[in-house]
Amino acid sequence: MSGAVTPPAETSAEVPETSADAPAEKSWPLWEVFVRGKRGLSHVHAGSLHAPDAALALRNARDVYTRRQEGVSLWVVRADDITASSPDEKDSFFDPAADKIYRHPTFYDVPDDVEYL
Amino acid sequence: MYGNDVIDPNVPLNAAETAAYDEATAHVEQRAAGEASGDGFDALIAADQRIEPRDAMPDKYRETLIRQIAQHAHSEIIGMQPEGNWITRAPSLRRKAILIAKVQDEAGHGLYLYSAAETLGIDRAELLDRLHDGKQKYSSIFNYPTLTWADNGAIGWLVDGAAIMNQVPLCRCSYGPYARAMIRVCKEESFHQRQGFEILWTLMRGTEAQQAMAQDAANRWWWPALAMFGPPDTGDAAVKGGHTEQSMAWGIKRFANDDLRQKFVDMMVPQADKLGIVLPDPDLRWNADRGHYDFGEIDWDEFWRVLRGDGPCNAERIEHRRRAHDEGAWVREAATAYAAKQASPRRESAA
Repeated sequence: MSGAVTPPAETSAEVPETSADAPAEKSWPLWEVFVRGKRGLSHVHAGSLHAPDAALALRNARDVYTRRQEGVSLWVVRADDITASSPDEKDSFFDPAADKIYRHPTFYDVPDDVEYL
Repeated sequence: MYGNDVIDPNVPLNAAETAAYDEATAHVEQRAAGEASGDGFDALIAADQRIEPRDAMPDKYRETLIRQIAQHAHSEIIGMQPEGNWITRAPSLRRKAILIAKVQDEAGHGLYLYSAAETLGIDRAELLDRLHDGKQKYSSIFNYPTLTWADNGAIGWLVDGAAIMNQVPLCRCSYGPYARAMIRVCKEESFHQRQGFEILWTLMRGTEAQQAMAQDAANRWWWPALAMFGPPDTGDAAVKGGHTEQSMAWGIKRFANDDLRQKFVDMMVPQADKLGIVLPDPDLRWNADRGHYDFGEIDWDEFWRVLRGDGPCNAERIEHRRRAHDEGAWVREAATAYAAKQASPRRESAA
């Protein structure tokens, strides 16, 4: 799992041992759910759920995350398919943005009495 | 259910209706805007910032959260049983529809919480195993039976009321996914408490037998509801070895058990008066010096006994939960097999 939201499970690679006669039940994959609250807004991450496939993930997401008309559109994405930046590299990864302050309008010296600037 | 006019909409019925909930959600915004002095765990906690799943965190913090969130999730899904027991016998179609929606909400709350727990690196299946094997607990309140229809009212009013009081501060918990799940849960719990109050309100204006039924339900649920806040954790009566102090330092817990319990009593007494229900505590009286209601001694022996497995319904609840899980196995297997088949259509057609 790449784990944008959910880190790798401790036991995700190993099937936990149970009694010899019954093979352990395979867990359904994890899906991240994104909800568009209303027209004009972006989809926003709402949470996650387990489902065997995309169609059921979508139906489960409707039942779990939009029981009270919280959304007009839903996305479900396999958690495994999300590539996330690492919190450890946060500084070096996002740093270049900080030394280019001329990208911000406040960088520029202009006279106070100019309107609409 | 918010459109119901039997209840004055301007009177806050529960903690989710008061400023506390708004403060907790506003806190999210305000905190997100704040700056921590560093990215380390301690710096983030000191700055009252959120910890997110992939941040470094002490093992104990992770363990504490897994235990607490799992117990909370287990409580939600076991909590479906006492009321689920009444779905077929609800007195009207309206009540039946409401009860189904409420029980479905409890399932949903369990799912939000299991998914929050999974962000800590544990599998839901593992947590369910621990519940089924009795290695993890759920709230002992659900080991009491629902004997009459009025119990559904008392559960909504008292048990969900106490739950909201406990949960509103958790909306500000330091662990992001837990706090976000709690914001959703609290919003939905508010309907649960109001529908419970409405059931009792209706019964208390009914026949003598209906009034007696409502009073009896309140008698049986009042003390277990007070015990839901957990053992004493302030003053001389504080139970040794509790988690309160560490959990507070980590921003998981925001208020002591005793403080929340007091707030709950103060909020419920006027509501009981309004209902015309007499709370079953001879020591319950207003204390003008403290500015709070005094109340009697909680039977902590009973609390521990029920928590350790010797309540009226412990065995039945777990047995039912196991059976539901086992009897659902073929559905899960079929869905898995179908998904596998759909995922490999090429191999199918080549065969």
